[in-house]
Amino acid sequence: MLDLRLYMLQRITALIMAPLTLGHIAVIIYAVQGGLSAAEILGRTQGSVFWFLFYGSFVLAVAVHAAIGLRVILHEWTGMTGTRLAALTWGVGLGLFVMGSKAVIAVTWPVGLP
Amino acid sequence: MTAQNDTLEVSVWRGSGVAGQFETFEVPAQDNQTILDVVSWIQHYADATLTYRFACRVGMCGSCAMMVNGRPRWTCRTHVKKVLNGGKVEIGPLRNLPIIKDLAVDMDPFFDKWVAAGGVHTPSASRADPIPAIDPGDHSRQVASAGIECINCSVCYAACDTVAGNPEYLGPAALQRAWTLYNDAKHEDRTDILAAVSGAGGCHNCHSMGSCTVYCPNDLDPMSAIAGLKRETARGFLRRRK
Repeated sequence: MLDLRLYMLQRITALIMAPLTLGHIAVIIYAVQGGLSAAEILGRTQGSVFWFLFYGSFVLAVAVHAAIGLRVILHEWTGMTGTRLAALTWGVGLGLFVMGSKAVIAVTWPVGLP
Repeated sequence: MTAQNDTLEVSVWRGSGVAGQFETFEVPAQDNQTILDVVSWIQHYADATLTYRFACRVGMCGSCAMMVNGRPRWTCRTHVKKVLNGGKVEIGPLRNLPIIKDLAVDMDPFFDKWVAAGGVHTPSASRADPIPAIDPGDHSRQVASAGIECINCSVCYAACDTVAGNPEYLGPAALQRAWTLYNDAKHEDRTDILAAVSGAGGCHNCHSMGSCTVYCPNDLDPMSAIAGLKRETARGFLRRRK
């Protein structure tokens, strides 16, 4: 169920996620230690191209990586194949991407825009 | 010795196809006795209809592999004393392959995958050409030599949980064969092998759980061979995109 293309996509997204995960944890610790309020955090992230790209690429990598991983588990545990498996893979990937994108937009989009 | 120690309680799988059950036999215990000896005793003296497969009896031909107490083993080289569990032993047909009858499985899927993984040797020179010199100390020759003692017993294939969950997966033996040929300077088209192992059932499905390497009766290391294929196919993938 994993051909070379899916295998490489999953490995490359893992490489992207590794530093982003460390960065994300560092941000959490920094924000908590510093006692920043939600308004103070949003004041720094909204309108920031850096944080948009940081969390935007994170969400994209998670969506691709998780969809491929769940595809393998679904196939090996349930024997699912073909169109159903492809539909579920895409469904999981797009679902994670949409949910993640909504969060990224809420946190990094300049105030006053949708 | 008590009477109880003079006999073994042997459960043997009986049945055709998917239907069947274990049948228990009392077999005389010997000081030196292999699992294959036990199976042969049952067929000779208890039930002549018991179906099983063997040939060389010395661990060369790879035809007598069975599940012994739930683990895949070459039965001609498995001493009863090493696997006996409270005077009992359970013998079944190899896992992950269709059962023909009793202890004999259909090996076709195993060998079909051997071919599908690019396992058929295609010479790079004809008999008219001079024999190319191969340095036995050469790195790629040593990598190839590490896997050539495979006896096609299918123990690794039966041990593999990825094969159990994904029937398309080529399996450890076929992929190790592919890795051996990929490193063989006398094989004609080595890039063909990388294409053959990169499909939906290819080497990238391996989860590196390592049962193949743990259970291989010849102490080969198919897991590392598969890791080699993953490495080379990934390299080829990145090179193509430059």
